[in-house]
Amino acid sequence: MANGATTRNQHWALRLFEWVDARFPLSELWKEHLSEYYAPKSFNFWYYFGSLALLVLVLQIVTGIFLTMNYKPDATLAFASVEYIMREVPWGWLIRYLHSTGASAFFICVYLHMFRALLYGSYRKPRELTWLFGFFIFLSLMAEGFFGYLLPWGQMSFWGAQVIVNLFGAIPFIGEDLAIWIRGDYVVSDATLNRFFALHVIAVPLVLVGLVAAHILALHETGSNNPDGIEIKAHIDPKTGHPADGIPFHPYYTVKDTFGVMVFLLVFSVILFFAPEFGGYFLESNNFIPADPLKTPPHIAPVWYFTPYYSVLRATTDELKWVIGIAVVLFMIWAFLRRGSNKTRLVLLGISVLLIAGLFVLDAKVWGVLLMGGSVVIFAFLPWLDRSPVKSIRYKGWMYKLALFLFVVAFIVLGYLGMQVPDTLATRIAQVATVVYFAFFLLMPWYTSIDKTKQPPERVT
Amino acid sequence: MTKILLAALAAAALGAGTAPARAAEGGRLDDIEVNVHHVASLQAGARTFVNYCLNCHSASLVRYNALRAIGLTDDQIRDNLMFTAEKIGMPMAIAMNPRDAKEWFGTTPPDLSVIARSRGPDWLYTYLRAFYRDGGTVTGWNNLVYPGVAMPHVLWQLQGERILKEEAGLKDGKPVVGGDGRPARVIRLETLRPGSQSAAEYDQTVYDLVNFLAWMGEPTQLERKRVGIWTLFALAVLVFLTYFLKRAYWKDVH
Repeated sequence: MANGATTRNQHWALRLFEWVDARFPLSELWKEHLSEYYAPKSFNFWYYFGSLALLVLVLQIVTGIFLTMNYKPDATLAFASVEYIMREVPWGWLIRYLHSTGASAFFICVYLHMFRALLYGSYRKPRELTWLFGFFIFLSLMAEGFFGYLLPWGQMSFWGAQVIVNLFGAIPFIGEDLAIWIRGDYVVSDATLNRFFALHVIAVPLVLVGLVAAHILALHETGSNNPDGIEIKAHIDPKTGHPADGIPFHPYYTVKDTFGVMVFLLVFSVILFFAPEFGGYFLESNNFIPADPLKTPPHIAPVWYFTPYYSVLRATTDELKWVIGIAVVLFMIWAFLRRGSNKTRLVLLGISVLLIAGLFVLDAKVWGVLLMGGSVVIFAFLPWLDRSPVKSIRYKGWMYKLALFLFVVAFIVLGYLGMQVPDTLATRIAQVATVVYFAFFLLMPWYTSIDKTKQPPERVT
Repeated sequence: MTKILLAALAAAALGAGTAPARAAEGGRLDDIEVNVHHVASLQAGARTFVNYCLNCHSASLVRYNALRAIGLTDDQIRDNLMFTAEKIGMPMAIAMNPRDAKEWFGTTPPDLSVIARSRGPDWLYTYLRAFYRDGGTVTGWNNLVYPGVAMPHVLWQLQGERILKEEAGLKDGKPVVGGDGRPARVIRLETLRPGSQSAAEYDQTVYDLVNFLAWMGEPTQLERKRVGIWTLFALAVLVFLTYFLKRAYWKDVH
């Protein structure tokens, strides 16, 4: 009973906490993921975007819930219900702009977060799985953006969805049926709108939240990478038993990220309150015309975050098939000359024969769809494409630096061209950029293994 | 015949004393700066809108009482701007049936609630000032910005009637040669019969109308900017505070 007496003297909040903690690993989780999660002390600017992406995810979910309360997923009502939110719902305009600007902000954060991984080799062993979970987050996010873009039911919503779903129609044999199955109709219609709404508000968000949890759990298992690309766990401070170059995530990075959040919100608010359309990039002007299945807009462009891949699709003409052919032949020669067992050699040769057969059988449109899909999926293979003995760009040689620079240029050029009306010159430039884009990944095993690297330091700098 | 419109020439050539109108097929649009704070302009635009547009075009996403935001009282709205609706809270609908409209015009006149957000103010401003007489069309009207448009020139009594003139481009008295080496042609609109307004007055009428359309496209934009200023101010303070908070916490990290 002596014990009970001391408990009674404690503050009620503390008693409640102890009651919960005896039944749920509250303090354990807190310690493991915040107060005793040791992160390298040398995080720089690029390390803000992970927590910012998480912030935007929460923002999208919360604003999404409020939008759902007033939005009508019905082809005859959807467009007007969005304007109803903008005009009649108290603070509806704010919620809607938070959501529409948040969509673009999400992609900006995720692209910069991925770029950080390319800079410092964060995808390398032992963090391959963290990278893969991240890759699937990226994939889900694209699905989420695509489904969500149909909901305002404007001309770009409608025709963008029409174009993308038709891409599935290019798949041989099953394509047409697959496209009808996705749409639930022969054209994008009310049935499509309803199912995209279901996918956008519940299915994909559930997957996203689950993947984000897995992404963070995997990260906390291996520990965070740092701008030097070295393992802080290799130097444990004997006095404390913690990494000597590590600091507890809370409070150090929680306060640092809070500052990052404020700067982000400041920039975000400038766009949200003073340029919510962002010159037609975040909200396209054509999307203020209600969807009309009988009027095809003269120029259909996806939202900016899809345009690099869309550009790859458009750049794949019959001529580009020749480039693919040459690449396959080179691959074949390499497969012949490389050391290794005859079995792997046969497998590689078999793949090249299939690819060449594919060049003859499948037309440019199908290849376009394959390359577009490939340009996204190829990110997943990065951990195994990079053969450099060092992780961080700080200690990599000129070859990787040049390759990454060219890749970023190609990515931006493709993104820009994907928004423009194509002409001969633009298509040619997009083709060059497409080749550069794929070369960055496909030649990576070669240039990273011969590149001259520097010895990374023992401790973080 | 190549039709090259030289902006400078067109500006000089367009109608007797007309303000510059550089509209042409695929040509440039006149730049205007809308000002949704200018209440008098918005009210004038609302009057033109209700009198001339709101017969064939609806603005069904806008309620009449939303016009309170541009400084009008319910009585003013009811007495001067409501011709078909009964209650002040009703949307700006029209009596014309879309199916009939399609039969009469060949296309249903679009709802104008968010037209300024899809077309942009510059396009609207130039378009409404680029009509001319054309015997070859169903309505007898054509438009430089939107050739073959189904809409007749509704504001013709204000602007008057104009016809299209095409002639050799001259600069300093010498013919101008186009990009393809042939003499450049200049399109200009010549006044056939003047309207009730002078060119400058008409430009003002259209400007006010477009200004109103720009406001109507997003009536919450005034509130948006007002809230935005305060939000930025608050966030700037928070950036400042959290920066020093971070510095204080990180003092012992070397």
